[in-house]
Parts: sequence; structure tokens; C-alpha cells
Amino acid sequence: MSISVTCNNVGKIWAEGTPRAHEALRGVNLEVKDGEFVVLLGPSGCGKSTLLYLVAGLEAATSGEIMSFGEPVTEPAPDRSLIFQETSLFPWLSVWQNVTFGLSLGEMPLEQRKEIATKVLTKVGLRAALDKRPHELSGGMRQRVAVARALAMEPKVLLMDEPFAALDVQTRAKMQDFLLDVWRDAAASVLFVTHHIDEAVALADRVVVFTSRPGQIKEIVPVDLPRPRDPFSPEAQELRRHLTAILSAEVDKAFAEQEALA
Amino acid sequence: MTYKVNEERGGPTAPSGLDALLARLKAPAMAVGWTIVSVGLFALLWEFLWLIGLADPKLLPPPHIFMGNITEQAQYFNTAQRWQIGADPNAGPTPYQAVWITIVSSTMRVLIGLFLAAVVSISVGIAIRYWKMMENLTLPTITLLAPVSPIAWLPVAIFLFGIGNAPAIFMVFIALFFTMTLATITQIDSVNQNYINVARTMGASKRQIYTRVILPAILPGLLVVLRLNLFGAWMVVLIAEATGVGYGLGQVIMLARNTFNPGLVFFTIVIIGLLGFFFDFGLRMAQRRLLYWLPKGAGSLG
Repeated sequence: MSISVTCNNVGKIWAEGTPRAHEALRGVNLEVKDGEFVVLLGPSGCGKSTLLYLVAGLEAATSGEIMSFGEPVTEPAPDRSLIFQETSLFPWLSVWQNVTFGLSLGEMPLEQRKEIATKVLTKVGLRAALDKRPHELSGGMRQRVAVARALAMEPKVLLMDEPFAALDVQTRAKMQDFLLDVWRDAAASVLFVTHHIDEAVALADRVVVFTSRPGQIKEIVPVDLPRPRDPFSPEAQELRRHLTAILSAEVDKAFAEQEALA
Repeated sequence: MTYKVNEERGGPTAPSGLDALLARLKAPAMAVGWTIVSVGLFALLWEFLWLIGLADPKLLPPPHIFMGNITEQAQYFNTAQRWQIGADPNAGPTPYQAVWITIVSSTMRVLIGLFLAAVVSISVGIAIRYWKMMENLTLPTITLLAPVSPIAWLPVAIFLFGIGNAPAIFMVFIALFFTMTLATITQIDSVNQNYINVARTMGASKRQIYTRVILPAILPGLLVVLRLNLFGAWMVVLIAEATGVGYGLGQVIMLARNTFNPGLVFFTIVIIGLLGFFFDFGLRMAQRRLLYWLPKGAGSLG
């Protein structure tokens, strides 16, 4: 099995060389196998989203190296799709135009684009919303469109930055099931950022737990539970307890630091 | 790439027939009603102050006086070029025609000035963000000149363009250009970074990011800027006209001042107010057409 993303000793300092400089990531080593579902878990502001941006190629690492399928990452590429927490659909385009925005940047003819849009929107169960505008959709539907937009690019790596954080609990659970279906179907690897322990246990093949700033990998916890997972099984409970314990130590540390600053 | 124009607007289907028509007319009817009430109250207060003797009719003539003798007021709107050699003193348009010519010429100056200022400042604003060198070369000067009062440009306008339409249009342009350029830059800077990141991860070039993402994203804000600057344009054109560009509403006000005619001042103010109101209304309609994607009431002033 090939490796879709490799992080070698990656570090990131924002605003380096200025008085506002702060270190977001330090010495991150991580390998994501092709088709693997990896969840990055950590307290808010621990740099896990930063790592996602680095892997996407939107920002350059200050130190270390990031590779995707053996190639160094220097700029964004369509096969590494990023999905954000907040809605990032263009309000001036209809749903299908949003979904095929990336394809319309090239030379692909309209009929072909519309065909692809219909295909991926059917996949996410939103075929009927083809000609709607983003503001006519609910939050969950919008995130499904965002997933469809990523799928239209046929990505090999899906990067998701707390994509369901703005949704209510029931919608979130539905979206997690939906995402697992899509993931199996697309055969892409997923790097999923969250600060939600339940979400990590429900989704991940491996959970990467981060320390608070600078973000370093504290522990990588494999989740060997068969899917579909029962969130109330003893193994899942035990896993949650374990993750909670690691995380709360980090949150305590973050609080102590903030108090020291104040 | 052309965007398909949204043809079926309005989401859920409205009830058909007379009810639908009435329902659709209700909101605009309310708006018109409250406008009349608001203006009426103001006029009534003024009339009351006149009635009890607080408002001197020689200085602050109430509406029924200055609006009551339109024929007489119209006499002052003289657009005949009598100073020209060989012109017959009685030549030229009738008073009512002159009122229209005055209104149209002021309006033309406002619209041309506003249009030029909008086109140039939006282009310059975008260019400043697109090319760093453009920013280095122009932004300091623009920021330096932005706070200069349009009055200061008046002599420059006359030196450069003499008398006529050109200096008035130049005044409108120069009064709006700097602030509109800065407003365009502010709009670009406040574009949701997610939009740009999405486009980048999908492989958009810098040019595509500007044309396909930033431009549509800043359009709502730009239209608000345009509407606010429409009022600015009306203010400036009066200043320009008051100092002798031939004729125009500003010149009439200046004439009224020199001949001590407050009725004529207020009459002209009413005309300017109405013109501004209707042009703002027009821009708001254009905004609604152009920004079909915004939910009702979002991204605009009222």
C-alpha cells in the first residue's frame, strides 16, 4: 500500500522574524496510508488546522518536508481537496456550478461538467438541489455540496477542517455516516481535523492526538473497531476514556499557560 | 465562461392571481406611505412654525409659499447664453424648458462623473491588490490625497478645464475617486479567505481568482459604495456649479443667494432631494437585479 501523505519533522512558525511570531507546529512526523482515515485531535488552537493547510499546500512549512505520493508539496493541487468548517460555497453560483467550479477553470465543456455535477450530487443525495442557490440550503446540505465539490475533482486525499462543527448533533451524526460511505466509495485517504472525541472514535482508523502549542504529536491511537461502529460498545467507551484523559491533560496545560500570560 | 442567469427567482411558488399581486405590492406601498408621512410631518412642522410666527417667511418661507409659485421660480432658471456676443436677450428656452435643461445638465454631470469615478477607481483598486508594484507606486499618493476637500480641487478644475461641463465632471470625479479606490481595496481585503483558498486548492490561477472569485465577491459591497457616493456626487456638483460653470442647479442656488431669494433656495433643494431620492431608488433596483444571489435584505443598506 502506498503512502498518500508523509510529514517529515514538519514545523511551522507564523509571522516568523516578527515580534508577533508564534510557533504553531513542531517536529511533526506522520504517514498516512492510501485510503486511510486519519483524525487529527487536539485542543483548539493547537495547530492541527495549520498542519492541514500545509498538507493542502496553501501555506509553506517553516521546517521539515511534506510529500504526497512521493512528490514534495509546494503548492495546492486538485487531488488534495480541502473542506472547511464554515460554508465556503460561492453564493453567486448555483449548486451545480459550485460543484464544478474547479473543472470550469480548465477547458471542460459545459455538458460534461453538468454530467459530472449530476453524478456527484446524486452520490451525496442532493440531485434535486442541482439548480438551487447555496442560501436556499440548510447547513448540512451545504456541507454535502462542499463534499460533492471536492469529489468532483476526484481527489486522492480529502482534507477536512472541522467540517461538521457548525452542525447540530443529530445532523452531525448523519453526516459522519454519510462521510464514511463517501470515503469507502471514493477510495481516497482522509485527514480529518476535530476537537470532538466522539467524532474521532466514530470515524478514525487512527487518531493523532496533538499537544497544545506548539502542536506536537503526543500519541497516535489506532482504532481497530469494525464499521459500522457502535458508539456504546465497551471498546468504544474505553477508547473515549483514554482519549479524554490525554486531552484533558493538554487542556489543563493550555489553561495554565494562558493564566501565566494574563 | 458565462454564468447562467437565474430565471426562476423567488424560491417557493407564490399564490397566483390578484392575491399574489396585492401581496407583492404591499411592501412597496408601505414604503411609499411612510415616505409621504415622514416628509409630510416635516412640512407640517415647518408650516406650524410659520403659523405661530417663529419661522420668518422672508428667511424661511414654508413649503406652501416656495412650492406655490412654481411659474415665478421657473423664471430664474435661465439657461440662455446671454453673455455671448450677438445673442438676443429674449432668446432661449421658455422658463419651464429652462428648468428641465438645468435639471438634466446637472444630472448628466453627476452621472458621468460618478460613472468615470466608479470605473477608474474600481480598476485602480483591483490593480493595486493585483500588482504589488502598483500598490507601491500609487497607494501612498492616493491615501495622501483622499482627505483633501473637493473645494480645494475647484481652482484646479477651472485652471484645467475652464468653464462648462468638463470642470464640473472633473470635480465629481476627483471628489469620489480617492475614497472609492480605498473602498475597493477594503472590499478586496475583506473577501472571505475560504473562498480564495477553495479556488486555490482547485488550481485557479491568480487571474482566475480575481475574475471568478474576488470580483463577484466584492460586487455587493461596491454597489453600496456606489450608492453612498451618488449622494457625494450630488453635493459636489452643486459646489462646482455654484462657482460658475455656466448653468445648473448649483448656479441657481448661488443666484438665489446673491438676490436674497430663500424661496428659490428651498425650491431648488426640493428638486435636488427628489433627484437624489429617485436615483438612489434606481440604483437599489439595479442592485437587486444584479445581486440575484443575495437573500432579501442582505448585503445592502435597506
